[in-house]
Amino acid sequence: MTAGTVTSSGVRAGHDGFGQLLRAEWTKLRTVRGWMVGLVVAALVTVGVGLLAHDSCSNANGTACSLPLGPGGEAVADSFYFVRQPLAGNGSITVRVTSLTGQIPTGSSTGRVRAGGGPGSGPSMRSGLEPWSKAGIILAASTSQGAAYAAMMVTGGHGVRMQYDYTGDAPGLAGAVSAASPRWLRLTRSGDMVTGYDSADGLSWARVGTVRLAGLPSTVQAGLFAASPLYTKIVSQSLGGSSGTGGPTLATGTFDQVALGGNWPDGRWTGADIGGAGAMYPQAPGAFHQAGGRIIVTGSGDIAPDVPGSGGGVNISQTLVGTFAGLIAVVVVATMFITAEYRRGLIRVTLAASPRRGRVLAAKAIVTGLVVFATGLVAATVALPLGEQALRKGGSFIDPVSTLTELRLVVGTAALFAVAALLALAIGTMVRHSAVAVTAVIVVIVAPYILATVLSAGATQWLLRVTPAAGFAIQGAYPRYPQITASYSAVGGYYPLVPWAGLAVLCAWAAAALGLAAYLLRRRDA
Amino acid sequence: MTAVPLGPGAAGPGAAGPGAAGPGRAGSDVAGALHAEWTKLRTVPGTIWLLLAAAVLTAGVSAAAAASTRCASGAVCRVDTVKISLTGVDLGQAVVAILAVLAVTGEYSTGMIRVTLAAMPRRTTVLAAKTAVVTGLVLVAGTIGVLGSVLAGRLILPGHGFSPARGYALLSLGDGPVLRAAGGSVLYLVLIALLSLGVATVIRESGFAIGAVLALLYVVPIIASVVTDPHWERHLQQISPMTAGLDIQATTGLSGLPLSPWAGLGVLAAWAGGALLAGGLVLRLRDA
Repeated sequence: MTAGTVTSSGVRAGHDGFGQLLRAEWTKLRTVRGWMVGLVVAALVTVGVGLLAHDSCSNANGTACSLPLGPGGEAVADSFYFVRQPLAGNGSITVRVTSLTGQIPTGSSTGRVRAGGGPGSGPSMRSGLEPWSKAGIILAASTSQGAAYAAMMVTGGHGVRMQYDYTGDAPGLAGAVSAASPRWLRLTRSGDMVTGYDSADGLSWARVGTVRLAGLPSTVQAGLFAASPLYTKIVSQSLGGSSGTGGPTLATGTFDQVALGGNWPDGRWTGADIGGAGAMYPQAPGAFHQAGGRIIVTGSGDIAPDVPGSGGGVNISQTLVGTFAGLIAVVVVATMFITAEYRRGLIRVTLAASPRRGRVLAAKAIVTGLVVFATGLVAATVALPLGEQALRKGGSFIDPVSTLTELRLVVGTAALFAVAALLALAIGTMVRHSAVAVTAVIVVIVAPYILATVLSAGATQWLLRVTPAAGFAIQGAYPRYPQITASYSAVGGYYPLVPWAGLAVLCAWAAAALGLAAYLLRRRDA
Repeated sequence: MTAVPLGPGAAGPGAAGPGAAGPGRAGSDVAGALHAEWTKLRTVPGTIWLLLAAAVLTAGVSAAAAASTRCASGAVCRVDTVKISLTGVDLGQAVVAILAVLAVTGEYSTGMIRVTLAAMPRRTTVLAAKTAVVTGLVLVAGTIGVLGSVLAGRLILPGHGFSPARGYALLSLGDGPVLRAAGGSVLYLVLIALLSLGVATVIRESGFAIGAVLALLYVVPIIASVVTDPHWERHLQQISPMTAGLDIQATTGLSGLPLSPWAGLGVLAAWAGGALLAGGLVLRLRDA
């Protein structure tokens, strides 16, 4: 139409070139005011709903909510009973553990388990152990919370472990400890390197692990410890999370032989609660008792990374919760980008102008994908810092993540928008009716989250692996730790798939749908 | 402007002739409107499929939910078996919403609405007739879907550890709370249809209208789930049409609900009433 036969062949090539097609589709998208408004709405609700994400920080002690940071920069819970003395230079500590017992609340108090619930909330205790109740030996850079450390321990239900710098965990001897079957534990320091050993008889030793604690001072604090994490019993589960009963627990370890190697200048043990009053992590007071070479240590708390949402800090991906709302707007626009052509009969003009139908769909997909990606990028770039600011203003502590993770959250959210839009475009092409297509896409994306209220955890996890809703995994900000018992639910920001795998599942759905859409577009009358 | 070429009764099926003004006129107007709406909805091929899909999806998802729920022997499972058996309503409502939205926007997309309003200039009557017809259809499809759900729960759950021997009664509509939950679920679907009808009358475009309805239904519960402040969360659950309305399905832990079952359904009814009112007003005041 525009380029006459008199123009050069270069322009003629452009006339039916793909670039022209892209421009035509971009013009269509750009000039329908409702769609542009829809995209702006998508960005606005993504940001706006994120600002609503709200978390009240309740701390029994009235202090500001904050958590110590570990050597890796992650928020940690660092509360335990520490029986220590300084170790100057290299050296070792070897102990024999003959029992690990504990106390857990009877669980009569109901209500949401939160940080700062305080030891007073569950006064009646019965004997019992948490699977991750622990007692053993530890070597730490200092007594301040978040200090670098390495520890060998016996646990309530996971055998002997070597743990270090909060996130590290390596298994040693399996089985429970008892007087009949004691456990020998040893830590040796050599420069920056700390090695843990275990033994069932004190004669044959096995190395459990060696870690490098960068920047370990020449004099470290070393000795015995006991800790026992919060006890929670889930009473009811709802979309809003789970409410349960619980409270701090206590673990008691009995060490009947303690042997020290190297230079221990103090020559006597000092006991203290690390964390203690003012800590966000609920802790019952610990104690130690020394008699005839035997030391009994009782402690409460945990030495582990914080699991956001389980009482301590807040999950940073809460700031992106508006994605759900934004996606609905994006899906509507992307669906109508094709269904409106059918409704108005414009599709016939489009296909007459460009008879190669596959290319029309490709052009539409590229334009939709790029425009929606840009929309999502703007929305997430604004939503993340604004939401963080709002949460901090409300007194919440957001568990820090690396810059790379933040970048992935922003770009991943934009990609989630774009791929969901492509899925909507494809289903719109197949179905041709906007109401049906919009509903189909929205339902497959939100259904697993809606059904999470009623379905069993297993069924929900399965849905989050295979349905397009798996794409939300790209917003998972924190790893899950096997050494911490917590409810790692999708609603809390923990997805069954790793971030990029989740997005890949959504991409696979979109690709399959686009393929089918292209096939149907070619085969059917317009 | 569109009414000019057509006489008021010319296109109204079953309407009296132009000269037949009389005392029976108003009554036959309503009957005629009902008949017209019924004919329109009945003869659109999508309607029967959507009704079928609503019933099948409701019953099917309910059966899947029941099949995925197990109670290991010896464990005490605090599970609301009735609510589990009615899970399909969560998704079935989306199909009901499509049906209701299309009943309105289908006319706008084809321009049929001008013919309709020319034939029946009393616009409120048109909306009322549409409402009545959609209500009737959803009542039927909803009843089938919900009965299928209850039947599936009754057949599947006992084999999954929820047997009468372990203290879980067999689902039976003779049971007061079960009847309330099941009957309430049907009413819930009807109210969702009315809400969608109202929203669609305001928005007039099917894509935007269904997007608005689904956002209203599904987004609020998801936002409520991340609001960890219990007070806020409860408040959101009380005003959200979906979470409040679905309180009608609960048969255990009623004291812990944000609203009592009937009050929850009342909240949804208020939403539906408000949407229809807005739709009626806009329909009267705006050019078609």
